[in-house]
Amino acid sequence: MISRRDFLQVGMAASALVGGSGFGNWARLAAQQTLTQDQLLQFDTFGNVSLIHVTDIHAQLKPIYFREPSVNLGVGENFGAVPHITGADFRKAYGIADGSPSHYALSSGDFASLAKGYGRVGGLDRVATVINAIRADRPDALLLDGGDTWHGSYTCYHTDGQDMVNVMNALKPDAMTFHWEFTLGTDRVTELVESLPFAALGQNIFDVEWDEPLPDLFPPYKMFERGGVQIAVIGQAFPYMPIANPRWMFPEFSFGIRDENMAAMVEEVRAMGADCVVVLSHNGFDVDKKMAGIVPGIDVILSGHTHDALPEPVQVGQTIIVPSGSNGKFVSRVDLDIRDGRMMGWKHKLIPIFSDVITPDPDVAALIDAERAPYVDTLSEVIGTTDTTLYRRGNFNGTWDDLICDALLSERDAEIALSPGVRWGPSMIPGQEITREDIWNVTSMTYGKAYRTEMTGEFLKIVLEDVADNIFNPDPFFQQGGDMVRTGGLGYRIEVNKPQGERISNMTLLSTGEPIDPARNYVVAGWASVNEGTEGPQIWDVVENHIAKLGTVNLAPNNSVEVIT
Amino acid sequence: MEFSRRNVLVLGAGTAAAVSLTGLPAFASVTDDMIAEFTGGADVGSGALSLTAPEIAENGNTVPIEISAPGAVAVTVFADGNPVPAVATFNFGPLNASRSASTRIRLAKSQNVIAVAKMEDGSFQRADVPVKVTIGGCGG
Repeated sequence: MISRRDFLQVGMAASALVGGSGFGNWARLAAQQTLTQDQLLQFDTFGNVSLIHVTDIHAQLKPIYFREPSVNLGVGENFGAVPHITGADFRKAYGIADGSPSHYALSSGDFASLAKGYGRVGGLDRVATVINAIRADRPDALLLDGGDTWHGSYTCYHTDGQDMVNVMNALKPDAMTFHWEFTLGTDRVTELVESLPFAALGQNIFDVEWDEPLPDLFPPYKMFERGGVQIAVIGQAFPYMPIANPRWMFPEFSFGIRDENMAAMVEEVRAMGADCVVVLSHNGFDVDKKMAGIVPGIDVILSGHTHDALPEPVQVGQTIIVPSGSNGKFVSRVDLDIRDGRMMGWKHKLIPIFSDVITPDPDVAALIDAERAPYVDTLSEVIGTTDTTLYRRGNFNGTWDDLICDALLSERDAEIALSPGVRWGPSMIPGQEITREDIWNVTSMTYGKAYRTEMTGEFLKIVLEDVADNIFNPDPFFQQGGDMVRTGGLGYRIEVNKPQGERISNMTLLSTGEPIDPARNYVVAGWASVNEGTEGPQIWDVVENHIAKLGTVNLAPNNSVEVIT
Repeated sequence: MEFSRRNVLVLGAGTAAAVSLTGLPAFASVTDDMIAEFTGGADVGSGALSLTAPEIAENGNTVPIEISAPGAVAVTVFADGNPVPAVATFNFGPLNASRSASTRIRLAKSQNVIAVAKMEDGSFQRADVPVKVTIGGCGG
């Protein structure tokens, strides 16, 4: 059980560790270690096929900081199972030493001081170096992009995804699947997909009118001959697109898990002679686990969406599931031994992209800078400074959303603020200047208008219950893979293992300390509404105005959600 | 999340049922009565009637469903959480090559879609699929 008191202690411990010099004990350990590119890339080439997986890059072309979550609860059969263990428990489960590079890359705990020791992560020019090194070992390695690539930055927004397409094309992927790409709208996503020099896959992308597949635009799979064997790559786009994102932006498309069609596709490619079946998935980890258990014949699921990064695959039956993190922080390499139409063995490495250790690929670095050049002055404008670690990941709150909710409350003169439980957005460490680019990295989207409306207390409860069930439903096929909606000005208790309608209690208006009255109207500000025609200023302008007024961001620990597991 | 004023009103109207979604939907007993009327109280088996519906509706206003029951003479579909649970009855004759049908239905909230088939031999078959209707939003 995570009580209110525990949240408070976590907050205090974190601020104590980053105080003073800004270096905790673990960071000193970090500084004593030397890390080399050769170590990160070291891999004894195995078998006859190599897969390279990147996913959920969210348009992060440049190195960033990214703090992994400290609260990531599993429910039902996934209670206490990876990836639903965090921090010290995660390190213990995998034998990761405190203060080690893997601690910093894979788990939470003393993030800010380790970040100062180990530096930024990601950067597609570094990712390119890693991909090139793998291709030097295995020239015909398959590069597979799990999607959420054309979303999440100032330049991506202003080029309608073109900057990401141009840079990714330079990495020469073999196939891709999709999620946030659809929020560019039907016309633009279609235009970009038609321009791709590689396969755009989705066995679960259907026409909405007739509920038929769309083999010309989004074929279900593609066959590749590699290492003398046939590899079938089946795409699985994000299943809940019209529910989690605004359906009016892509009304022509229907999604869903469609596990029966997945099974039919596996049978079809096996009948066509596939020796190995790889699913490039944007299901989210727990959904992939369940799917692996009910769809026979899949060898490898390259798993995206929930942004989990695990140092080794999880095996379900004869299927291995490989989640590869987010924001360009990791590249997975999976070598397979395929013989006699079977996967006889595998070898895997989740390669963390330490940006100060891996040399940027000069061509891709130049391409990234060229894409950014028209916008650099606007991007780099300093809006304020942070004294607090700013991060998003966590089931109930993160400091970035605390700050965004504060901005909504003050700039929109509201009693309660709501911020969506998305999982993208890099982190910042104390002492960093906050630029316009940093604000866009955590707010950029095509439906970012900050609404201001009235809701009854009763409706607020329905909203919290509805979102909670999309995260904590014990059946993974009902989990949409986001986190809980973040609340500002509103505290509550959540019992995650109760059924929908009974999880949320003790709703409190924080400004007065009074219980939320079901019959009363409250002024609510929020953003990322899936409703067409939402009005209000763009959220990035709201946040920028707020930070500019603050000058320095210094957030108090958020104790407003009491979690009972 | 959807937060329009219209939704507030719509959901507000269904409040009594929505607040305790765990309990039996208010209209379940109405559905049971209608099924009993359709079957005449006979025993109802399962396995020969398939009902396909999404786990989560992409749009509660138009949810695709499909029934298939080789050997059925009539299939009635109910949505047990709708104000009017009876959705449609499909009648099949000997000249129907395929005893299957698909349509789209409106679901007011999360509920069970139930199909009951009357077979040529006078027996009955039943299939239930729970469909979730969510406000949505907030996906990763």
